[in-house]
Amino acid sequence: MTSKDIAVRVQGVAKSFGGTRILNDITIDFEKGSVHALVGENGAGKSSVGKIVGGYYAADEGAVEVFGQTVTRFSPRDALGRGIAMIHQELQLVPELTVLENVFLGLESNIRGFLSKGDLERFHTLEKTCDFGLDPHTRIADMRIAERQKVEIMRAIAREARVIIMDEPTSSLTEDEAERLHQLIARLKAREVTVIYVSHFLDHILANCDRVTVMRDGHVIRTDEMHGETKQSLVDSMLGEASEISWPALPTPPARQYAAAVEMEGVSTQTGLSDITLKVRPGEIVGLIGLVGSGRSEVGRALFGADPITAGTYSINGIRQDKRLNVRRAIAQGLAFVPEDRRKQGLVLTQVTRPNVSLASLGSIASFGFINKARERERTQRMIDHFGIVPGKIDGEVAYYSGGNQQKVLLSKWAVEKPRLLILDEPSRGVDIGARQRIHEFIIEMAAAGVAVLLISSELEEVINLSHRGYLMNDGRIFAEADCRALTVEDALNRIFREQGSAPRSKEVSQA
Amino acid sequence: MSTAQTNTRSNRMSAGDFARDYGVLVIIVILLVGLSLISDSFLTARNLLNIVNQSAPLAIIACALTLVIIGGGFDLSTGAIFGVASVSAGWIAVNMDPYMVIVAGPLIGLLLGAVNGIIITGFGVHSFLVTLATSLVYRGIAILVTDGSLIPVRIAEFSWLGRGRIGMVNYAVIALVIFMIIFMILLNRTTFGRKVFAVGGNEEAAILSGVRTNLVKIMTFSLCGMAAGLAGVIAVSRISMAEPQAGTGMEFEAIAAVILGGTSILGGAGAVWRSVAGVLLMALINNGFNILNVNPFFKDLTTGVIIVIAVALAASGNRRR
Repeated sequence: MTSKDIAVRVQGVAKSFGGTRILNDITIDFEKGSVHALVGENGAGKSSVGKIVGGYYAADEGAVEVFGQTVTRFSPRDALGRGIAMIHQELQLVPELTVLENVFLGLESNIRGFLSKGDLERFHTLEKTCDFGLDPHTRIADMRIAERQKVEIMRAIAREARVIIMDEPTSSLTEDEAERLHQLIARLKAREVTVIYVSHFLDHILANCDRVTVMRDGHVIRTDEMHGETKQSLVDSMLGEASEISWPALPTPPARQYAAAVEMEGVSTQTGLSDITLKVRPGEIVGLIGLVGSGRSEVGRALFGADPITAGTYSINGIRQDKRLNVRRAIAQGLAFVPEDRRKQGLVLTQVTRPNVSLASLGSIASFGFINKARERERTQRMIDHFGIVPGKIDGEVAYYSGGNQQKVLLSKWAVEKPRLLILDEPSRGVDIGARQRIHEFIIEMAAAGVAVLLISSELEEVINLSHRGYLMNDGRIFAEADCRALTVEDALNRIFREQGSAPRSKEVSQA
Repeated sequence: MSTAQTNTRSNRMSAGDFARDYGVLVIIVILLVGLSLISDSFLTARNLLNIVNQSAPLAIIACALTLVIIGGGFDLSTGAIFGVASVSAGWIAVNMDPYMVIVAGPLIGLLLGAVNGIIITGFGVHSFLVTLATSLVYRGIAILVTDGSLIPVRIAEFSWLGRGRIGMVNYAVIALVIFMIIFMILLNRTTFGRKVFAVGGNEEAAILSGVRTNLVKIMTFSLCGMAAGLAGVIAVSRISMAEPQAGTGMEFEAIAAVILGGTSILGGAGAVWRSVAGVLLMALINNGFNILNVNPFFKDLTTGVIIVIAVALAASGNRRR
């Protein structure tokens, strides 16, 4: 291969943060017009490679060449000037502006600095390439994460990027949306655009990428053509030893007549739920199966008292709840809720591990409002050992932890005092394989200990394999109940799509 | 000092983190050494105690304001509450009972602070706007109480608070030390303190952990008002004069001290003792200028430059979240 076919060449790059080496001697060639996957566990350094190419980090050692020219200045702006755009895990849009304004931010049609017409036309041209079906006049703040990501991608294409780095692009997309993203990537590829695809979703990578670089602990393990790779071959390289992708065995479910820990009947909310009827028994894992926007998280929030219930009845441990139900009362009755966005809704990142673990159960380590520090330390240490949190410091800086370890700290907050009902919303999103397995074991542990578990996950494989029973959801309703041990992912998807086709639409469904 | 203040540090302490946590102490030490080399009259117990005594009212406000700022709030009304408490203290001392003032002043401040908190949480308006408005209202009340005039308070049963001392140490200094210790305990040893950190660090996470975030905010503003009230009483007792314009501009000095102490203006991190150190640093600069007899114009300029440097250093250590 000649160097002419190389879009970006990373040569011997190293990077350290505060004395910790996160990248060692990284050498990768990204070919023109190819979709190149970077895989590895969290902390392996794949996002950091993306950020160096995207200009967000400066390399300490080594060189980066873009279309044959050596990069001397690292900044996102300079990278954009060279035709490189990065689409982040945490999206970077201006929430108060519209889709149109965001897509053309800094590129607005203008006459000597005064805004002029023309953006809308350019938007429609772009839309022909992308086919996202976005309304140009919607405010970003009113959009779901999946849609915001589309805006980011449009923004990159509007800048005629020749290299697009996508960091976990499908983590907040439904299967259907992911499929459309991949179709778009194929179209980009046809236009000689290089895509650097950083992801945890091996299925997506296997199906859509041309080449793959596997990373581990800040090193490149190997770069190969995707042809001939399997999930297992990638996982083996990522972990460094052969390891099975397996689902743990579920504990025996409780008898059907066993009294429910929580029970909803005909519940509606202002968040779009209607006529929700469900029950979760102690020792049972119940999954909510549906696509993004189907109301899964909203069910969790309503159970937890975070959103008010406008109709129907709701009982916790057989006690009928009234209008005064709130998060505080729900917690007092033994409910626990691990929200989907751990950084925004779960952890207090200005604080270290110990106060984060204690926050939801301060009452049980305090007398007369004074915290018993010895007891708090002991309790925190127990959780660190239980989950294998790394670094295992009681006062560790959670803000600098990897996604998996942050998630373990968040789980500790609710596991430290055993709950009656544990609601888990996307418990393994954006965590590495090791942490993911530990989290799955934890779910089993809790059920085996008699905790009722409600599991929400956009990964259908996960929720079906880890649940005894599942409720299929669409458009804010539960349309069917299923025995998860007899359900397959294909089955579930087909039933959801059939439901989408037949159900009357009360509102626009994003994944239609 | 095994407190939550140390929580903000880690094994990998960066230069920025260090500047934020101990920068104010380093500058104080440099000033102490420098000023004692320049002037013989500086490093005497009398002069140093005098500096602390004079800054006691401001330091008391800064202690409580630290909680407000850690909780993600901002209070621009402390100067005005100080004014209301001053004139109320004067009026009560003259017309009612001089001893009653010690309770009444802080209580009035507490009420005014609670009003701030209730408006902020009840209407969901940013604390900056609410306290900007209430500071005007409170200042107006202070003027109404005295009809705009001064109230002389020459009563022995009252002036002991501001002027009395045990040995060389003024009661005001003792009051400050006790107040600071109470607030350090409140912030670092109690569930309330934990909740303040959580509310300022991530309000949504706090709500989803069952914290009554509005109540926590109301309490921080109430405590801040109470501190301003107590500070007003001490000041009136000291100068034997209650004036409605007392404490004008004090809210900014208090904020400056808290920021100098490295407490994050974004909320979620900070420490009480460092705010007191911030107050003392500003007082030292003041004292240094007096001793050296330099043009007082440079005083504000120097203080301002030091604040900018402190904030810039802290910002470099705060790049997270």
